[in-house]
Amino acid sequence: MTTSISRAQPFYDEPLPIKETPVQRRRIRAAWLFLTPMLLCLLLVAGWPLLRTFWFSLTDTSLSDAGAGAFIGLSNYLAIDGDGWSGILVDPLWWQAVRNTLHFTAVSVSLEICIGLAVALLLNVRFTGRALVRAMILIPWAIPTIVSAKIWAWMLNDQFGIINHLMLGLGLIDAPLAWTADASLSMWAVIMVDVWKTVPFVALLMLAALQMLPGDCYEAARVDGVHPLKVFWRVTLPLLMPALLVAAIFRILDSLRVFDVIYVLTSNSSSTMSMSIYARQQLVEFQDVGYGSAASTLLFLIVAVIAVLYLYLGRRQMEVR
Amino acid sequence: MSLRLLKKTLLRLGFCVAIGILLLYAVFPFYYAVLTSLKPSSALFQVSYWLDKPDFSNYTAVLQQASFLQAIGNSVFVAICVVALALFLSLTAAYALGRVKFRGRGTVLLLVLGVSMFPQVAVLSGLFEVIRALGLYNSAWALILSYTIFTLPFTVWVLTTFIGQLPGELEEAAIMDGASPWVALTRVLLPLLWPALVTTGLLAFIAAWNEFLFALTFTLTDQERTVPVAIALISGGSQHELPWGLLMAASVIVTVPLVLLVLVFQRRIVSGLTTGALKG
Repeated sequence: MTTSISRAQPFYDEPLPIKETPVQRRRIRAAWLFLTPMLLCLLLVAGWPLLRTFWFSLTDTSLSDAGAGAFIGLSNYLAIDGDGWSGILVDPLWWQAVRNTLHFTAVSVSLEICIGLAVALLLNVRFTGRALVRAMILIPWAIPTIVSAKIWAWMLNDQFGIINHLMLGLGLIDAPLAWTADASLSMWAVIMVDVWKTVPFVALLMLAALQMLPGDCYEAARVDGVHPLKVFWRVTLPLLMPALLVAAIFRILDSLRVFDVIYVLTSNSSSTMSMSIYARQQLVEFQDVGYGSAASTLLFLIVAVIAVLYLYLGRRQMEVR
Repeated sequence: MSLRLLKKTLLRLGFCVAIGILLLYAVFPFYYAVLTSLKPSSALFQVSYWLDKPDFSNYTAVLQQASFLQAIGNSVFVAICVVALALFLSLTAAYALGRVKFRGRGTVLLLVLGVSMFPQVAVLSGLFEVIRALGLYNSAWALILSYTIFTLPFTVWVLTTFIGQLPGELEEAAIMDGASPWVALTRVLLPLLWPALVTTGLLAFIAAWNEFLFALTFTLTDQERTVPVAIALISGGSQHELPWGLLMAASVIVTVPLVLLVLVFQRRIVSGLTTGALKG
């Protein structure tokens, strides 16, 4: 196993052998043949639809008569006429959705990383029943998002919810809170549910990374009598950084497209509306494919910039090493 | 000496408390859903942490709804087809990517990774058009097709890693004996790949079972809905009187199979999740 791990290498191409034997040529032809079905499928469900979305965003297509839309340039994004500016870029609701999404992403990803790391450190200790505990914390991850949102909606119910009951009982609040309806609380409710659902993923990722760390640094630190907290800051955390960044980027990209939790927990309320919710609402409920596609395109561009930045930095880091 | 013992005991106690809190945090919401689902509607609005006598009326009520059973059937069908399709497509692709060195390999991997990153809503309108053009709107096939967009990238990625880790000698011997790549893949590598296939298949199944956005958008009628949509659309007389007992019973029914899968295949799922992420 140890020797073969180096075979699973990442993105960059290795220099090819200069002489290609007939056997190799046949293999390469077979490789492309083997790739074709997968590539065709991705082209059909990802590549082509993405291009069409870009195109739709430049038209005034509506859902009822798709194909009949006329090219209107960038008017869906920004336009000026007698009444002043119009388009997404001047729609306060869109900017609210952007702010909400960024707020949601920043808070929930930081919480998930911190809690996930704490859980991973806890589970990195050997104790009886560890496998069982590890299996149990996977439960929130396996529950469908819709279901977990409904369960939490019930627990957060303003009149009969157990959370209000508990907090009233402990004297933390003196009147029940309307978690999902109150504009100042609903984002916190959404974050709470998302953190609950995704901490297991982050924790298991961190745990796997922790278990790959070399043991000798710890042995040395223990012999030298270094304080455990110092070991954590000076040894564990720096060694864990690459895995931490991978987990963070996965979670950030996932959070930027958040849809299900918010849709179920607070539906179309503007105080929690995310970019995905905004785009789908324009597309399906208001039947405005052009405008909705423009919103989707903007979301895609934001995510793409972050993803490219990440791949670029990751590659740079690999070259440095 | 006794001070040290005290410290050690306290540390151990603190550790046990931390584990207890963690378990409570992870499991309590699901426990509470089960508890609620077993309450008769008269007791629903009294908060309690324990149940004396389970009442199954919510379950009989929800299982008598034809649309809910239909949704379960649809979800099972969609998820199984997605798993089969994704495994077939990604197995051949992963063989090419994990075993053969060719120009463009890195680009293909990058492309696959890119697809896994982009937001589903970005393809919604384009995919809607494709699905209508193929005549698949409001059918299970619309979902099976569209779900490959998020299952394929990670099944390809994980299987490529797994195949890359297998020793090359066996297959090289077969190739030298004149076996075609297809034979080498299906006869030599496939038997060794079963564990990896189970892992990726499970992850794809869970992802397909839980998907919501496409299912909500590409299906219209009760006959074609999947479970997440059916649950999201359960409603009572008004927004404020949802049938919570019924809702929780439905939630438990669709979640229990997943929880069992997770508990049984815990080790495999963890290894699949982490190879997908860390080796990338």
